[in-house]
Amino acid sequence: MFYRENGQFKTSYRADQQILPIRQDRLLMAGLLVVAYLVVPWVASDYLLRAIILPFLILSLAAIGLNLLVGYCGQISLGHAAFMAVGAYAAYNLAVRVPGMNFLLVLLLAGVCAALVGALFGIPSLRIKGLYLAVATLAAQFFIDWMFARVKWFTNYASSGSVSTATVELFGWKIETPAEKYLFLLSVVSVLALAAKNLVRSHIGRSWMATRDMDVAAEVIGIRPVYAKLTAFAVSAFYVGVAGALWGFMHLGAWEPAAFGINVSLNLLFMIIIGGMGSILGSFFGAFFITVLPILLAQVPAMLGFNLSVETGSHLELMIFGALIVFFLIVEPHGLARLWAIGKEKLRLWPFPH
Amino acid sequence: MNPGASLQAVHQAHIGAPILQLEGISLAFGGVQALQDISFDVREHEIRAIIGPNGAGKSSMLNVINGIYKPQQGRITFRGQTFSHMEPWQVARMGIARTFQNLALFKGMSVLDNIMTGRNLRMKSNLLQQALRLGAAEREEIAHRERAEEIIDFLEIQAWRKTPVGRLPYGLQKRVDLGRALAMEPAVLLLDEPMAGMNVEEKQDMCRFVLDVNNEFGTTIVLIEHDMGVVMDISDRVVVLDYGRKIGDGAPDEVRGNEDVIRAYLGVAH
Repeated sequence: MFYRENGQFKTSYRADQQILPIRQDRLLMAGLLVVAYLVVPWVASDYLLRAIILPFLILSLAAIGLNLLVGYCGQISLGHAAFMAVGAYAAYNLAVRVPGMNFLLVLLLAGVCAALVGALFGIPSLRIKGLYLAVATLAAQFFIDWMFARVKWFTNYASSGSVSTATVELFGWKIETPAEKYLFLLSVVSVLALAAKNLVRSHIGRSWMATRDMDVAAEVIGIRPVYAKLTAFAVSAFYVGVAGALWGFMHLGAWEPAAFGINVSLNLLFMIIIGGMGSILGSFFGAFFITVLPILLAQVPAMLGFNLSVETGSHLELMIFGALIVFFLIVEPHGLARLWAIGKEKLRLWPFPH
Repeated sequence: MNPGASLQAVHQAHIGAPILQLEGISLAFGGVQALQDISFDVREHEIRAIIGPNGAGKSSMLNVINGIYKPQQGRITFRGQTFSHMEPWQVARMGIARTFQNLALFKGMSVLDNIMTGRNLRMKSNLLQQALRLGAAEREEIAHRERAEEIIDFLEIQAWRKTPVGRLPYGLQKRVDLGRALAMEPAVLLLDEPMAGMNVEEKQDMCRFVLDVNNEFGTTIVLIEHDMGVVMDISDRVVVLDYGRKIGDGAPDEVRGNEDVIRAYLGVAH
């Protein structure tokens, strides 16, 4: 009843091409941002921020990155946690070796390092597709895991192999408490998500989607496959690299190479499958689902009065998790983002049947 | 003189020098000889048909021009530039566009985005400008949107602008395929069976679009088609292929009387 585009006529292409063409959507987004900036930092407890909201924001960014490659460009990758690791270690080394460097610059350069490594490991995609490419990117995962565990220079010769970060300071602002970290992350993620949305609705995004949907036709209308695929790998790895640096500095604080193992890569893939391939919004849904589900699964039995042992709980969690992924793949292969779109379509007509 | 005939005369007067020449093209896949020493030319502004029975090598011929297949022998001259092989994206940038026999649309994208993708090769803004949607990137997008809208108007598909192409019926998908090729503003347009699987009305519509493209935009057209009525009606010259060889070349009436062509299509009495 309230969600209609009736009477909202577009008189210019600029108006027609905006990200949220319907006024109600724009209001919703503005409201969401106001709540996120002004209400959440005051209301949310430190536990909630630390356990759910901070990881959710960082993983959203990583999921957006992976979605650009897999969902938009159609190139599969099992090595994205490795690009997160590249971002994290690049940021660590920059912070340690160049004292006083602005943290935003550190993030940017960490992203660029990851982008270069991503483009390098994207080269096999020019020749191979699908499962074969998945295996080739798996090589990136194993190689980079090995590199950070064995080449001591990257960990600054730390004897245990684990590295820890100092408090981040930005223009004299010490980002220490969870609420401060939250505000910083929210800003970074908002800006990068907007940039990702801009990319996918520009010609670079169309060349990715064209390559995904029909690569021969894409080449015949003048899209260079080399350029489309390698930019997708590079941009995707940039996002994931920034997410990796944030994961290290804002969430973990101290980590060892195992923190960016193959299971993280798989988790990222689950996020975009559940959230929705080829949807920026879906990346947020997927990241939320994957962050919140384990916590819910751990707490629900206790709330219901069952007393499960820790092991049973974690096994149960894995089983339910797997079952949900299979269920989603069968019922809604386009993920939560599609459910959201269907819901909006229904809401446009509500309360009338047609 | 009736109006149709005078239009025909105007069209004939526009036909110029050869824009695309193929010399001695041979293509083999392992032991299968798909094309053998084929030579023909296409003149500017003409409608050139390629016909032949199934498996004659017609689509292979287009794939060679497009750069999808690499011929073992032969040369292609386009607008004075001679080459033996180019990558498909280079061919596109030189001004040759193409539609496909079995639709090759970008299924996950809307009609508008499919057509906009045809404008991609003319868009210049860099990655950063696009990410930040700076003024230049936005202006470029809008300028190209205007051209895309002209094509949408021309093909009469305004109502389906934002519909994902996968949801459109076959006849409309064929039109979007044509629109995507037109968006490139090509000098030469290769059409691979644009009317296959259509009913009479859809065929008439498609014929009208092909003739309009040829007339209004001056685009040279190379057409593969099985419907002989259409071929004889709209093409200026016809190449006939059979088992990878050229067996006929000339005006529709000449080809119709050609002994080899009749034999290829109807067979011979033993």
